[in-house]
Order: sequence, then C-alpha cells, then structure tokens
Amino acid sequence: MKRIYVKEEWCLGCHLCEYNCAFANSGLTDMVKALRDKPIYPRIQVETDENGVTYAVSCRHCTDPICVKSCIAGALSKKDGVIEIDHSKCVGCLTCVLVCPYGAVVEDGSGVAQKCELCMKNSCGAPACVKGCPNGAIVYEERQAVPASD
Amino acid sequence: MNFYPEFEVERNDSRCIRCRVCERQCANEVHWFDADGKVMLSDESKCVNCQRCVTLCPTRALKIVKSDCRLRENANYSDQTIKEIYRQAETGGVLLSSMGNPNPLPVYWDKILINASQVTNPPIDPLREPMETRVFLGKKPKHIRRNADGTLDTKLAPQLTLSMPVMFSAMSYGSISYNAHASLARAATALGIYYNTGEGGLHEDFYQYGKNTIVQVASGRFGVHKDYLEAGAAIEIKMGQGAKPGIGGHLPGTKAVGDVSKTRMIPEGSDAISPAPHHDIYSIEDLRQLVYSLKEATEYRLPVIVKVAAVHNIAAIASGIARSGADIIAIDGFRGGTGAAPTRIRDNVGIPIELALAAVDKRLRDEGIRNNVSIVCGGSIRSAADVVKAIALGADACYIATAACLAMGCHLCRSCHTGKCNWGIATQRPDLVKRLNPDIGSERLINLMNAWRHEIKELMGGMGINSIEALRGNRLMLRGVGLTGKELEILGISHAGE
Amino acid sequence: MSQLEGQVRIPSGCAVSAMISRDGRRMNGESIIESMIPMHDRSNGLGGGFAAYGIYPEYKDFFALHIFFNSRQCQSECMTLLKEYFEIVQDEHIKVRKLPQITDEPIIRRVFVSPMQSVLRHLQIDEKELVVRIVNRINAQLEGSYVFSCGKNMGAFKAVGFPEDVGRYYRLEEYEAYCWTAHGRYPTNTPGWWGGAHPFCMLDYSIVHNGEISSYDANRRFIEMYGYKCTLQTDTEVITYIADYLLRRQGLTLEETASVIAAPFWSTIDAKPEAEKQTLTYLRNAFPSLLVTGPFSIILGFEGGLMALNDRLKLRSMVVGEQGDMVYIASEEAAIRVMAPDITNIWSPAGGEPVIVKVKEGAF
Repeated sequence: MKRIYVKEEWCLGCHLCEYNCAFANSGLTDMVKALRDKPIYPRIQVETDENGVTYAVSCRHCTDPICVKSCIAGALSKKDGVIEIDHSKCVGCLTCVLVCPYGAVVEDGSGVAQKCELCMKNSCGAPACVKGCPNGAIVYEERQAVPASD
Repeated sequence: MNFYPEFEVERNDSRCIRCRVCERQCANEVHWFDADGKVMLSDESKCVNCQRCVTLCPTRALKIVKSDCRLRENANYSDQTIKEIYRQAETGGVLLSSMGNPNPLPVYWDKILINASQVTNPPIDPLREPMETRVFLGKKPKHIRRNADGTLDTKLAPQLTLSMPVMFSAMSYGSISYNAHASLARAATALGIYYNTGEGGLHEDFYQYGKNTIVQVASGRFGVHKDYLEAGAAIEIKMGQGAKPGIGGHLPGTKAVGDVSKTRMIPEGSDAISPAPHHDIYSIEDLRQLVYSLKEATEYRLPVIVKVAAVHNIAAIASGIARSGADIIAIDGFRGGTGAAPTRIRDNVGIPIELALAAVDKRLRDEGIRNNVSIVCGGSIRSAADVVKAIALGADACYIATAACLAMGCHLCRSCHTGKCNWGIATQRPDLVKRLNPDIGSERLINLMNAWRHEIKELMGGMGINSIEALRGNRLMLRGVGLTGKELEILGISHAGE
Repeated sequence: MSQLEGQVRIPSGCAVSAMISRDGRRMNGESIIESMIPMHDRSNGLGGGFAAYGIYPEYKDFFALHIFFNSRQCQSECMTLLKEYFEIVQDEHIKVRKLPQITDEPIIRRVFVSPMQSVLRHLQIDEKELVVRIVNRINAQLEGSYVFSCGKNMGAFKAVGFPEDVGRYYRLEEYEAYCWTAHGRYPTNTPGWWGGAHPFCMLDYSIVHNGEISSYDANRRFIEMYGYKCTLQTDTEVITYIADYLLRRQGLTLEETASVIAAPFWSTIDAKPEAEKQTLTYLRNAFPSLLVTGPFSIILGFEGGLMALNDRLKLRSMVVGEQGDMVYIASEEAAIRVMAPDITNIWSPAGGEPVIVKVKEGAF
C-alpha cells in the first residue's frame, strides 16, 4: 500500500505542507478564504528538534494500529489499509491522541480527533502535502517495510 | 550613503494567510512576522529579487517589483552607474558581480535564422525516421592505417562520446553546492554527456561519476592530485573564462568551508583567489608542456581540453592551441556566467562567442588543422536553437552552465558571490544547500536536455539533416538578419534573402 | 544578370542512368542515350551529360583533358599554362553534330597530355596529384577555360540541353566504352552554362547524381581544407572530391567509402558483431564531416568499375538490373527496360547499401 513518507534530509521546515493540508481539508476552493485570519489545524505537522532538524509528522497507517484498538466509540477503523475516522462517532475522549506513538492524531479545533486520511475523502484525491512540498521531502509511495505501532 | 532600495516587496495583505513561508525561506531576512499587528513586514533593502518567496507563497500574495524611485534620468549616467560610484566612494573596493554580462550588447544568436527544406529536398520527420545526435570529441586521424591483414586499424586518439552535443560546463564545488554537483553528475551520467568539476577539485562522493566527469586544472591548482586527474574522462586546462578573461577564479572565504576546503586542499575560510596566469604557462610552448605533462600523468588515456576566454585575437590563440597537443578547445564567450567576478571585467572584457567561434572555426580550416581538435563553445547557450546555430557555425558541442543552473532553480538574481543563494545552488550554508534536492535537480536537468534534444532533432529534420555531423560547420543553413556586411563576413554567413 | 553556376548554389533534381559490362565488352553510346528518353521529364533541358570508360585505348597512357573555352584567347592562355607542366600529345576538336536544340556552344577541345617528369621530380608529387592541382587551378583561376574531364582512357561529354540531344550532339554512337553513365538535369534556375552540367569528373572518377544534399556546406568546408576548391557549388562536385579524397588520398576501399558517405545509423552499427562495429564506428568517428545527408542517388564511375549509392533513408529512387555480364542502374526501371527489354532480375537497393560492379581483372 502507498503511504506518506518523509525524508527529513530534504525537509526545509517551510511548513507549507501544513497549510496545504488545512486547505485541502477545508472543503473550500480558495486558500485565502479557507485560511486567512484563522488558526489552522493541519493533520500533518512539522516538528523541529533541538538541533534544528525539521520533520513533518502525519499518520503512518500502521499495520496494527493502537489508535483503532483504543477508540472507545468505534470512530476509528481500518479500511483497505487506510485508518479512517468517522467524525460523527467521535466523542472527543482523545484517547487516540494520547496513545499514538507518533503524535499523528490531533484535535481538530472543535473537540473531536482528526488524522491524515491520505486526502482520500477530500477533493484533492492524493495527498496535498506531497504535491505541495517544494523539495520532494514528502513522498507518497509503496515501500516494503511497514510500521507497526507497537 | 543610503539609497531607496532597488526592489520593492508588494504584499497583497488581503491574500496573505500569515503562513510565514516567505520569512522562513529568505536567507536575506527580508520578511518577518509582526506578532503585535499580526502582519508580515519587510525590509526591502535586503532583497536581491531572487523570487524564492514569490515562488513559494501559496496564495500569490507577493510580488517583487523594480522600484520606480530612481535618480534623475540621465542617458549617460544611469542610475546603476551613479550608485556604483557611491558604493565605491564609500568602500574603496572593486565591485563584485555574479553570473553573465547582463548589458544590452548584441546577441548574435538572435540575429541568425535557420533554414528548412521545401520542395527540392524533403524535410525529415524525427518522429518517424532515425535522427542522430551522437558526437565524438577529440583528434581525428590524418591518415588511416591498416593492420597486416588489411583491416582498418581502429585505434584513435582518446575521444569523448556524447549522446547529444551539449555538456555542463565548469562550476566548482565551492562556487556551487554539493547538491548542485550531485545533480549535475547524476544528470550527466543518465544522459550520456559530461559535467565539469571546475577548479574546486572533486568531492570523494562523486568519484563514482568519473566516466561522465571532466576534471579541471586551473591556475590555482586547487584540488589537483593524481587520483583526481585519473578519476575523470577528460582533463580541462582552464586558461580563462568568458566572464572574466585575464583573471583567475575567485571563491569568497565564506564559501570555503568544510568539505569545500578539504576538496580544494585549502584552509577553511580563506579566499581562494587563483592567479591570473598559470605560473608555469607564460606562452604557447609552455601550454604544450602542461598538456603533455597531464597526458603523461594519465598515460595518454584521456583527452585534454584547453579552455580559453573569447578575446580579440582568439583565432590566432586557438590556432596555437590546436598545435599544442590539446584534443579539444573550449571557447567561452563574454556572456559566460561566474560565481564571482569584478563587475568591470565581467561587463567590459572579451568578445561575443558567436564571432569568436566563427573566427576560430574558419582559421583552423584555413590552416588545415580543424581535424586536430574539436571545438566546444560556451558563454550563454540559452536554447536548442542556440545549440543548432553554434553547431552550424562550426562547433562540435556546446557547454551550458547558466541554463543548467536555471534548470536547478536559479532565478538569475546575480548574487552568487554573497553565498546566500536561496535556491541552494551557489551557497555552502547547510540550511540553504538542502533546498536543492538532487533527485529533483537531476531530473530537471535531464528533462531540459531531453527537451533540447527533441528540439535539435526537429530543427535538423526541417533542414533535411539526419545526423548532427552533417550540420557541423554547415553555414549554408544559416542566414543573418539586420547584420552589417562585416558581421556577416566574420560569421561566414549570407544575409537573409541572399 | 542571373548568376552562373559557382557564383550561386543551385539545387536541382535529376535522372541518372548507367550500364557496365563486367566482361569489359565495349558498347557504343546508342543504348545509354536511348535510356534517357523515357526519363525525359526528370530533366528540364538545362543540362545533360555522359561519362564513358575505355574510349581511348590508343591513348590510354595519357590524361585526356576535355576543355570548354569561351574564346580563342582563353584557349591560348590555358594551353600556355598546360605546356608549363605537360607534354601535349594531341590537341584536337571534339567532333560534334550541330543540332538546333544545342545552342551557345563554347570551343570544345580534347587534349591528351603527359606530365613532364622534371616537373614531377621538382614538385615531388605523383602525376595524378599534378593533374588535380593544375585542373583546379585552371578551373578556379582562368576565366573562360573549364576542364570538365581529365582521366585516362575515359571522358565526359556534357552540355546545356536534354540528355538525349546532348548524346547525339557529341556523336556518342561513335565511341565504344565498357561503362557508360548518363545524367539529365533539372536545375531550379537558368545558369545556361555548360560547365554546370553533369557528370562531374576528377581524374578517372566521374559522378552523376540525383538529389540535393543537406550536408553540402559541412562537406564543402571540410574538403576544402585538403586543397580542393568547390568552384561550382554543386553536390556532384563535392561528392566527387569526397570520393577522390577517401579513395585515392586516404586509401579506403569502396565499401569503406560508402560507410563514410552513407554511414549506417548508430542503431544499426551498435547491433553489429564487434569487429564490424569497431570499423564502422571508427569510420564515422574519423570522417564525420564527410557524411552526406539529404536525398541522393549517385553513380560513381572509375577505371574498371562503378559504384551506385543511395542516401541512407533512400530519399531518391534508384533501381539496379542484371543480365548476363551486364549491370544496369537508373533512376527509373523504364530506363533499364530500354537498355535491356527482356531483363528479369531487377531490384531496388536499400538506402546506404552500395552496389559495386567491377570489370573482370585485365578486361579493360
């Protein structure tokens, strides 16, 4: 299955992926309208370590996802390898946010959890962060080794 | 003295989403976010118009425009001229510039037009017929020799084989980044052409691309040692460079860091100013000795290129080089780029490559020694059409560097000498170097060359020529427009309509 | 006034034809003249010519110079120059039959010459090289004199007109040759100059050619490095010089020469067995400027044989026929059927594939 991978060697820490993600999931067709004067809640987030290394973090779609196991409301599920979230079922306990070892599940600003669903459910159709990365640091590809969350 | 900045940052606040990409991406620190007013502010005096912020701004909220605040108009003392005087009055220094001569001097390529077949012979369709662009560079035999059994003795002087008549010309590791070199090396290998180390030595990581590498020996001898000479497919002696004929290479100390200083074999942070001449070459007979020293050192396996800047008596110089044992002459025109050159030299010394090339090709033919050497020309070859015109004037192949930099992302802001290239090319700052991902850089170089190859084939096909060697020196395929009789005479072409 | 051939480059279309007896039997010119008639429309009356091999057996040791002179004065000027280097063995009119179709005749002479040994010793060159040099000098420098044929035991006959008229004008039925080649020309303007007609000759090499080569200036500028002077600016002239350079001066074989002029494509070469690949790569690498591109079908005549060659894309028609000891080559099959009405073995050689025919050793 194709997943999003990040090559920190080429991550510039420009944070464009965050804005592209927020826009892609806004449901709007204009980025200015979608993002201007609003806090953004992207599903991919650039982290910076103490050495200044930057790295974009998003859901790895683990083979054995602990978030799905821990969901008390049955909002998280795995379908064709993609871990999906049903916002209507989420009760906002945020257990998933706590258990995700990668910090890839986050609160969406309205109290419920959100996570990367590979832009499968929005009009983008393919990960917006990958398309918008200016330096090829985020890729969407098939690889042999697949992360398990535990 | 303070001037109003040359460029203005025009930010359309109604489109700005405060993502701060511009701020994070500007090595010149033009943009910043004002948390109090929640707005992006800028200091335009630092802007070099490299367009990095414009390119990355996701909402197209940014424009960099030329400032209209100028000094009082004067056709003799231009704004630029006056400001240069102010700067020199302030610093007492030589002005530095980068990239090629930007002044409005004639571009002969644009005044030369290419032929096509109509009726009397057919154009050839490169989509349906073979169309060949393979080129060999090196000495051709005067006479054939036969083996005892009568078959041809097929041994030749060492040759370079190019899949198309274009190579990446010299840019040193130091003047450009590790990732830029990696991009060039990988692209040259994938394309079956060559890139050139420049005078900064060869990083140990790139020895693996040796089959497609030309190693340069310049007056500073930076990074030259036996393994280096043996690592490449050819050795280039750099006598001069189109951007700055008469002086040597120039690497500011800010760029001589880490692996750059190690590869160059110089102390970190020291300015690497190459001597103007090679101090073992004060005349043509000395050049011959260096040519043969290098051949001896590499057991006559490699062709030797002698690169010279196009200067006034280039034809005579080339004739001397053709008799020096060199296999290839590279001529660099006055528009050739550079990572750093004194402005006055860049803008006032040397001659156009078109005229130099035509003069050299003619002289070598007049003297019957054109076969002794191949001719490579560089110094602003901007497109496939320039390549075709150069080949038809008499070049065997072209060198490109500025076009290659553009493919890698360069926006020709001409600030390489500051070492703060926002595109990760002409810089050694690790945070900037990483902006050029060689996967992308090499792919873009490959795309550019493939595109040019297609265009070269289209143009050749139109002329009814299906192999590049039949185009070489085929000046009947060219016509001039708006050129004087003298210019046409030097170019060896007729005027359109003749 | 419009410019003459040589002052301007004139592309032209053409018809070619040839016949050769491998047994060295000598045949008169009737048949070759006839062969040009069905291809009449491939010419436009602005040039026709023939080359014939084995026609001067009694003078076979001497160079036969065929010369056009514009005036008596040109003639005496040229003869004075010739006498500095050659013994004049015979100096005569070339017999012609006056025809209304052939006009503006120059003075047409045939001069058999023998190089002076003292001159050869002094210049330290062989007799062929001397002939080449002097002929080039006359054609480039003596206005109004033009040597259009200078081989041994062969000769070219050419004029402004349709080829069949030119053949009758020169009374070719009175000559006997083991090999004939013919040419009809369709130039794209009206030079009206006899020297511009084909075949083009250098020593015993003669070329008839149909096509317009796109590599012309690349070829010309290369070959002119070696003392040749392309005074006519025609394809035929430059191809003749290329043949002379590769065959006589470099010593290549006919096959090797064909592999330079109409080199196989790299894709073909790269698929060949190693030894052949090396040779073909060497030839393309060593003589890149002698690759000829654009449409051509040429017939190169030489002492004892001929070679026919098409450009590598076969952009011009050329057919070959074989019957008994005879080989026929022409732009159109119709021409061959005139020369050999009941011929059965006719084929069309591939582009770049040379057809080499040699007369049996000692038979010419």
